[in-house]
Amino acid sequence: MKFKKLGKIFDPTEHKLPLNCFEFAQSPQTLVFDDFIRVYFSTREQDSKGKFLSHIAFVDFTKDFSKIIQISDKPVINLGKLGTFDEHGIFPMNVLQKGNLVYGYTSGWSRRHSVSVETSIGLVVSKNRGLTFDRIGDGPILTSSLSDPFLVGDPFVKIIDDTYHMWYIKGTFWKQFKEDYQPDRIYKIAHATSNDGVEWTKTEIKQLIADKLGSDESQALPSVVQIENRFHMFFCFRESFDFRNSHGRGYRIGHAISDDLKTWTRDNHETFIETKEGDWDREMQCYPHVFELENQIFILYNGNHFGRYGFGLCKLEY
Amino acid sequence: MYSWKKLGKVFNPRDFNGLNWMKDFAQAPSTLLKNDCLRVYFSCRPSPDDKDQFVSYSTYVDLDLDNLFKIKNLAKSPILKLGGLGEFDEFGTYPVSVIRDKKTVRAFYGGWTRCESVPFNVAIGSAISYDDGDSFEKVGKGPILSYSQDEPFVISGPKIRKFNNMWYLFYIAGRKWKIVKGRPEPVYKIRLAISKDANVWTKINQDLIESRIEEDEAQASPDVFYDNNKYHMFFCYRYSSNYRNHERGYRIGYATSFDLINWIRQDEIGGLDVSDSGWDSEMVSYPHVFKHNEKTYMAYLGNGVGRYGFGLAELNGTLA
Repeated sequence: MKFKKLGKIFDPTEHKLPLNCFEFAQSPQTLVFDDFIRVYFSTREQDSKGKFLSHIAFVDFTKDFSKIIQISDKPVINLGKLGTFDEHGIFPMNVLQKGNLVYGYTSGWSRRHSVSVETSIGLVVSKNRGLTFDRIGDGPILTSSLSDPFLVGDPFVKIIDDTYHMWYIKGTFWKQFKEDYQPDRIYKIAHATSNDGVEWTKTEIKQLIADKLGSDESQALPSVVQIENRFHMFFCFRESFDFRNSHGRGYRIGHAISDDLKTWTRDNHETFIETKEGDWDREMQCYPHVFELENQIFILYNGNHFGRYGFGLCKLEY
Repeated sequence: MYSWKKLGKVFNPRDFNGLNWMKDFAQAPSTLLKNDCLRVYFSCRPSPDDKDQFVSYSTYVDLDLDNLFKIKNLAKSPILKLGGLGEFDEFGTYPVSVIRDKKTVRAFYGGWTRCESVPFNVAIGSAISYDDGDSFEKVGKGPILSYSQDEPFVISGPKIRKFNNMWYLFYIAGRKWKIVKGRPEPVYKIRLAISKDANVWTKINQDLIESRIEEDEAQASPDVFYDNNKYHMFFCYRYSSNYRNHERGYRIGYATSFDLINWIRQDEIGGLDVSDSGWDSEMVSYPHVFKHNEKTYMAYLGNGVGRYGFGLAELNGTLA
């Protein structure tokens, strides 16, 4: 598989964002309308302690991505109440059209004491074509369990043959890799199914996507598309410590294929998006979102600094 | 009609010195009848750390079958280790509820983690014993009952029961964190999950017990006991704010049911009130009702929510 790079298409520092958010446009995810395409992303504000709070915003593009129509000017979904799972951020949100409603599957963040954070997956619903969303309850729809001890997040939902499939990530370990380091987390891609998109059953499987970097590999943000009779998953993966600045340890884009949605084979010829020195996506490529638009397959993704300076687009050529 | 006759305090953790895992507290008693003793599991705490924060452990004390005020043996250690880094039970395993299941003993416990905006969060874990309740192995690294849309946080206080070949897990679920004098205080209500196998649980997603003293009444320790063709629940409740005192602290309430789901609250019939003086004069809480030698007993906590141990009351009359 080959990607044709169409370049960076959105830089948050060039626009006015809601809620004093000023940088970050992470994990772009699409909702396709007849006459435009809406891309949700996570941006950030700083709270009174100087810590980040992630918020969902969106930008509407013309369907050829040549022009920005509008950017959301108010919160798409408010953060959760005191003590709830999404009190300190929503990042990312995956959207699914369901009749006249739009379902938003959120990764909610709340801060912890011995480790930095815990996450769970929430469900929010929009009745106005995705302009704003409301919660159904204060708690999550998918969270920690015997098989998933912590850090349930990064949902991607797709309906295939009347079954709702969710690919998501779950934490496997918190680990202090070096003596003076803060604890780092390791997470892997997992799967759940549902009849209604609300009540989910986790798939009992030891590991869905094989490791390429050994057991300390972290895998994140799966998204799945069907091309002919095959399912293709794109995700990102990295080493689990020294991944922020050290070259070669940060996020790259991974690819796996399946014919039955049960067994996934990881692509050994990783689908590198080619870069040259100085490119916006040279050091890191992360949070891919694969989607179909007018019979073509596209991928939105973030580059260096986890999407601090925006996201770009690729077209798949195969 | 019936009444509770208070028998006095059975166990005081301060009677046992020099343990680095138990300084104070003997909370949430839960009994297991053994051949040679009545074992009472409870939760205790070592001294707080330099930031004045506690961890909690669960352990047991064995009482003489013929004299429940005679202590035969105290466990040599907690029955469960605290969870690993980032796990749901990293900072506490409290409270615990035990039940026999064929040749094993199953334990369900609240696992505590610490948070930034609120002091803690809790989810319910499970462990199993193959040596008649002496030692337990956790069934996994994660909780067996955690948060959901209607139950956003503080899933705690498990009480495990088996009736008619179905498993019933009574527990409490947080409703809101209420800021009182700048400090978040949890409001929680009594809830129920049901299972065929004690592994996969279905929440019924409703409050079992109406709130009586105020909308934000906090309810805990839903201890269910079957007698005379009826289910009896003893629980405790308190005000949501300024509750660490005589007026607004825990009292023991009572409700009855024929189906385990619909309950009629009748505190005036079966509740237990504070004493005029002594170890249980400020508050009474965390009831556990059990039958032993043809008598019905209630183990419960007194002042300081069990800081100085638990005691017993004996039923006069029958539960009807």
